[in-house]
Amino acid sequence: MAERLLDVEGLKVSFVTDEGVVQAVDGASFTLDRGEVVAIVGESGSGKSVSVMTLMGLTRGPNARFGGSARLRGEELVTATEEELEHIRGKEIAMIFQDPISSLSPVHRVGDQIIEQIRAHEDVSKAAAMDRAVDLMERVGIPRARDRARAYPHEFSGGMRQRVMIAMALSLSPSVLIADEPTTALDVTIQAQILQEVRKLREESDSGVLFVTHDLGVVADIADRVVVMYAGQIVEQGTLDEVFYDPQHPYTWGLLGSVTRMDREPPKRLPAIPGQPPSLVSPPEGCHFRPRCPHAFDRCTELPSLESRVAEAKEHLDRCWLTVAEKREKREVNGRIGLSSETVVA
Amino acid sequence: MSTEASTAEGSEAASNGKTPLLEADHVKLYFPVRTGVLVDRTVAHVHAVDDVSVHLNEGETLGIVGESGSGKTTLARCMVRLLEPTDGALRFRGRDITHLGRRELDPIRREVQLVFQDPVSSLNPRKRVGQIIGTPLRLHGMERDKARRRVRELLDRVGLNPEHINRFPHEFSGGQRQRIGIARALAVDPRLIVLDEPVSALDVSIQAQVINLLDDLQDDFGLSYVLIAHDLSVVRHVSDWIGVMYLGKLMELSPAKELYAKPIHPYTEALLGAIPIPDPEENRARERLVIGGEPPNPIDPPSGCVFHTRCPRATEICSQVEPPLAKYANGHLAACHHPLSVSEDEISAATRSRLSPLSSGRLMPSGEEAPAAADEIDAAPQSEESDGSKLGQLRRRLPI
Repeated sequence: MAERLLDVEGLKVSFVTDEGVVQAVDGASFTLDRGEVVAIVGESGSGKSVSVMTLMGLTRGPNARFGGSARLRGEELVTATEEELEHIRGKEIAMIFQDPISSLSPVHRVGDQIIEQIRAHEDVSKAAAMDRAVDLMERVGIPRARDRARAYPHEFSGGMRQRVMIAMALSLSPSVLIADEPTTALDVTIQAQILQEVRKLREESDSGVLFVTHDLGVVADIADRVVVMYAGQIVEQGTLDEVFYDPQHPYTWGLLGSVTRMDREPPKRLPAIPGQPPSLVSPPEGCHFRPRCPHAFDRCTELPSLESRVAEAKEHLDRCWLTVAEKREKREVNGRIGLSSETVVA
Repeated sequence: MSTEASTAEGSEAASNGKTPLLEADHVKLYFPVRTGVLVDRTVAHVHAVDDVSVHLNEGETLGIVGESGSGKTTLARCMVRLLEPTDGALRFRGRDITHLGRRELDPIRREVQLVFQDPVSSLNPRKRVGQIIGTPLRLHGMERDKARRRVRELLDRVGLNPEHINRFPHEFSGGQRQRIGIARALAVDPRLIVLDEPVSALDVSIQAQVINLLDDLQDDFGLSYVLIAHDLSVVRHVSDWIGVMYLGKLMELSPAKELYAKPIHPYTEALLGAIPIPDPEENRARERLVIGGEPPNPIDPPSGCVFHTRCPRATEICSQVEPPLAKYANGHLAACHHPLSVSEDEISAATRSRLSPLSSGRLMPSGEEAPAAADEIDAAPQSEESDGSKLGQLRRRLPI
């Protein structure tokens, strides 16, 4: 069995604001093994980004409160000191952000930025670090890497900047790579190129990748396991095939149903999930998805725990009171998976 | 550069004799690139929209798809005359609006409305919803009470609670704010709404809600839409026609249904192939088509076909002769020397479309010359067409 890299257990993150306490992540538990890609899926405000940023200590602040634990090879991250985190960031866990232009320094050459990261952690000469930077840039598909290393971020296109980010993230061969919506800001043809790079990386190195995205197409393209988040909680997790072919939570049905398929005849009406995501200051009592769920019944006012409900799949967890048989029947809408109701609640 | 002014002849030939609602005729928009400290010098031009012709019939939706820098937004802004084209003509109900001034445009502005991509920055944060939606009504002379009643109706119509008329934009979610933008556009009873990426800032499940709303509104009010999008997934649902743009040029124009089953231009195929399929098994089974490279600089676009630098099918000729828009069955147009998904017969039956860029060559995909004016016999002879063929003849002398 592959080595366990990350073990997140009951992670809680909340922020104190003027409006009240925002429970951004409410008891998330998941793991990441060497060599696998785990996708965290959810809409804006689901807590997917906050979860992964907390692993690197990027959500710390005077108004932030943490609970639960997140261990990197047994080492606690949530309570780690700043110095401890400095050793971990870049070296053990590296991150690729959604917006490469604001994550690179505009006044330093990209090569220098990669070198700086290498030399902060390793005792190597500038020239040796430069060679490695150029090597990395070539590996992620930047043409004429030696020249381009002397360019500034604004001289790169969006896709190339994202490649620079990936090269920088890989510079210290981290065991965990976190990609937070790395392709959302890019055009589709460039997205396809970047996804190909990520796939290539997974084959070449044996790091674990946490891939945060809202796009189920991208998930199907690169993930091994899937974690679905809604309103700060994990509502379902399992292997890629389990979540796509035997989804257990109505929110997952809604997500799968609202994806447009290019290779099929489109339905007459686009299946939508009615309503809006709830406020995280005062989330609904019981199941957080209840107000938008057409299948909700009286038991849903009590919060279901995240557990295995499908007998034959012990690792496939979900948070829904319906029986597996009921779910398998209800999730089918016009011959495909979806949420049945289509009324728009404003 | 822009000497051949296109006049309005032959426009009504577009489709079955009816005058299209909106027509762009060889529209060009070049943005000057200036340098200099005291005296501005124009050193180059960004070819944002480079000779694009499209038309839209009443009640129809035209989807325009392209990646960043393809000129789709610039084209949309030309269509609502926020920008004045450098060359070419824009006609609304057959009337030339290309160079109309502010005052003359007023009545047209009421009929043509725009919905923006970013629902945050397109609503004034200091104004209440009632004011935001009511202002266009008041501007067009409606009394306060009547306007207020109308705003409530509109809110209700776009799926918002009319009680929220006194709220500020920040009190709404992204999807709701986009609904406010749509209500504002609807306020003046427009005939045409140009939607510039109306859902790309929204979550997937909310996108579907807004698209369904647009669909309903079109049925109820008989609206026409121009829908701009950066990928092919969103436009599919509502469009009757879809145009694919790349680097300021129209690459393909097709009935919406046909485009997905039968993409003719390699760029369209690449766009379709780049969208991941949300089905793990099919994803594993399918061969990925990833086109390399990035869109070239629009200041200095490549010669010939602008896509040839990235095209997997490109040959010598593609860098030399700009392909004309060839017209295949069902009015499906594509500008490519090496078309996909069409048979030999279809290729030889294809004709050169009148919408072809004036600078394009006369060489058709079959490798044969298009006979002069073979296309659209009903089209009136046009002076600029002969200009185009002259250019074409110049191009033809190049080694092929």
